[in-house]
Amino acid sequence: MHVIEAQGLWKTYGKGETEVVALRDVSLRVSRGEVAALLGPSGSGKSSLLTTLGLLQFPDRGSVRIGELEAVIEGRLRVDAARVRRERIGFVFQKANLIPFLNALDNVLVAFEINNRGGREARQRAAALLDYLGLADRLAHMPDELSGGQQQRVAIARALAMEPPVILADEPTAALDGRRSRDVMQLFRRVAHERGTAVVIVTHDHRTLDAFDTVHEMEDGVLRTTPHPSAAPAH
Amino acid sequence: MPFELFVALRFLREGRTQTTLLLAGASVGVAVIVFLSALIDGLQVSLVARTLGSQPHIIVRAPDEAARTLTDSPESLVQVVRPAQRLRSVDQWQQVRGLLERTPGVEAVSPVVAGPGFASRGAASRAVAIRGVEPEPFSRVIDVPSRLVAGTWRLRGAEAVIGQELAKELGLELGDKLRLSAAEGRADTFLITGIFDLGNKDVNERWVLVPVRAAQTLLDLTGGVSSLELKITDLFGAQELAAELERRTGLVAESWMALNAQLLTALRSQSSSRYMIQFFVIVAVALGIASVLVVSVVQKSREIGILKAMGTPTSKVMRVFLIQGAVVGGVGSVAGSALGSGLALFFTGLMRNPDGSPLFPITLEPRLFLTAAGVAFVTGLVAAVVPARRASRLDPAVVIRNE
Ligand SMILES: Nc1ncnc2c1ncn2[C@@H]1O[C@H](COP(=O)(O)OP(=O)(O)OP(=O)(O)O)[C@@H](O)[C@H]1O
Ligand SMILES: [Mg+2]
Repeated sequence: MHVIEAQGLWKTYGKGETEVVALRDVSLRVSRGEVAALLGPSGSGKSSLLTTLGLLQFPDRGSVRIGELEAVIEGRLRVDAARVRRERIGFVFQKANLIPFLNALDNVLVAFEINNRGGREARQRAAALLDYLGLADRLAHMPDELSGGQQQRVAIARALAMEPPVILADEPTAALDGRRSRDVMQLFRRVAHERGTAVVIVTHDHRTLDAFDTVHEMEDGVLRTTPHPSAAPAH
Repeated sequence: MPFELFVALRFLREGRTQTTLLLAGASVGVAVIVFLSALIDGLQVSLVARTLGSQPHIIVRAPDEAARTLTDSPESLVQVVRPAQRLRSVDQWQQVRGLLERTPGVEAVSPVVAGPGFASRGAASRAVAIRGVEPEPFSRVIDVPSRLVAGTWRLRGAEAVIGQELAKELGLELGDKLRLSAAEGRADTFLITGIFDLGNKDVNERWVLVPVRAAQTLLDLTGGVSSLELKITDLFGAQELAAELERRTGLVAESWMALNAQLLTALRSQSSSRYMIQFFVIVAVALGIASVLVVSVVQKSREIGILKAMGTPTSKVMRVFLIQGAVVGGVGSVAGSALGSGLALFFTGLMRNPDGSPLFPITLEPRLFLTAAGVAFVTGLVAAVVPARRASRLDPAVVIRNE
């Protein structure tokens, strides 16, 4: 069974002159342990798709299933979206990721706290995650004291914190150099394969494509699934 | 520390200017309330104390003699005939005294033999109120001993204690003789053993305190007393207690509240204008807190958006802002109480009698601070409701996209 499944999504912004159709009958499935890439030119609808999959916005038509939860049916929300987000989805946003007045550790802790799972154990796990992402010596640093790449890694640690079945990341490596972005992609891959997490990553970076199990391309709101470049399917 | 409190405190710490404004607003509001209450309470207490310095809380006396209505003329001309006012003794006053003393809420009962008379020394003469009292119970109803300006509180045989105005008018000093005369030529001479100042010019001019027996003789009321004067525990319950005493004794019981209706009306209107002022101060503070917090919601929309995108429940987001309001109210109430008390103390320091004593004492009771703290806390909380709802309704998708 697919961990996340979208069926026939349509999304239109604005009306009349300014009307933009961002999603045109988009369907997508991601399995357990699969790392899927979402490619496409700017404005093609990648972020729109990701936020729709993540229940941050809702399609005009179409359905979204997350695990066994029929979250959106025919454009109608059927669940407590906030609850599904905090319990089942880890986000790495394109922009605006960290809370500026919380240090790295506290930013990760937020993920536990909003699930009422704060406490000492959470603190240890948050620290361990940051350690895992190479930030052991940056726990008490504020976001503006971290480099763009370090900030992005804190956001990734936060997305991993609750061990959600789904991770949605919007250009997580945009601020990273080539080696670091490969490392981050490998990290997602490791998490997916070790924990069975379904990962969807929006990327422009063709250098990292061999880290993905599947590659989907968007063009003007239409999604096309291409055969994998390195042809290494999910195990 | 709960997450919401933690985030709320961080928000407050981040928005330093706003937080300063919020705290200043709340503090000033609380200060005004505390200052005003302390001042007005003090003023009222001292007004009442001054009034009751020479008045019993309740006077129990015999009812006026019933007026008879005569309708004997053919034209139905109605004539009301009042008997000439003369002193009446309280029937069975010893029993009544016992009953009053056993009544809960009554602290002291003093029998009084009171009637009009003249005080004279040489050629000078003044109309006075002769008051025959037992020194001990009377001093518990009206504290004469502590307000003696000369002499001692002693009434034996033919001794009298008079007010300082009367002493001045008749040129009397301690140890001098004073002649008291009443109706029908009864008269007696008294030795001045004390001179009092009860803070009321009229009383200082008119009261002549003598032993009960002497007054009974002068006023032709042998064995009787004209009234029983009471001190009670609950000052402002005097009216109810008086009514109850009337029911139980069949006598007339007048409370100080009935006898000073004008003062009471003044106190009440003073209190209601105080509540009005406080109400508007609270409203102003609440609006101030609400508007500053609304601005801070807009400024913090990025953080709120991230929290909401991550799935923070609406209730938690709301609580973050409600807590900010409550913290502002709480901290403001502490700072405001200090400020208000300081102001009140400073103000009474300025307002002094010629002799240097404070014009009126301010009362800073714990109850006042608790009330102020409670009001500030609730005001902060209520003021934060609108901002909290705005925060909780923020669309995270918009924030995530636009930042
Ligand atoms: N809230 C919105 N209101 C109006 N138009 C929108 C909104 N969100 C997206 N769009 C439009 O929808 C289209 C798709 O936008 P989207 O952000 O999904 O693109 P993208 O593929 O993520 O682009 P990029 O690579 O630049 O991030 C764009 O033309 C954009 O202008
Ligand atoms: Mg995008």
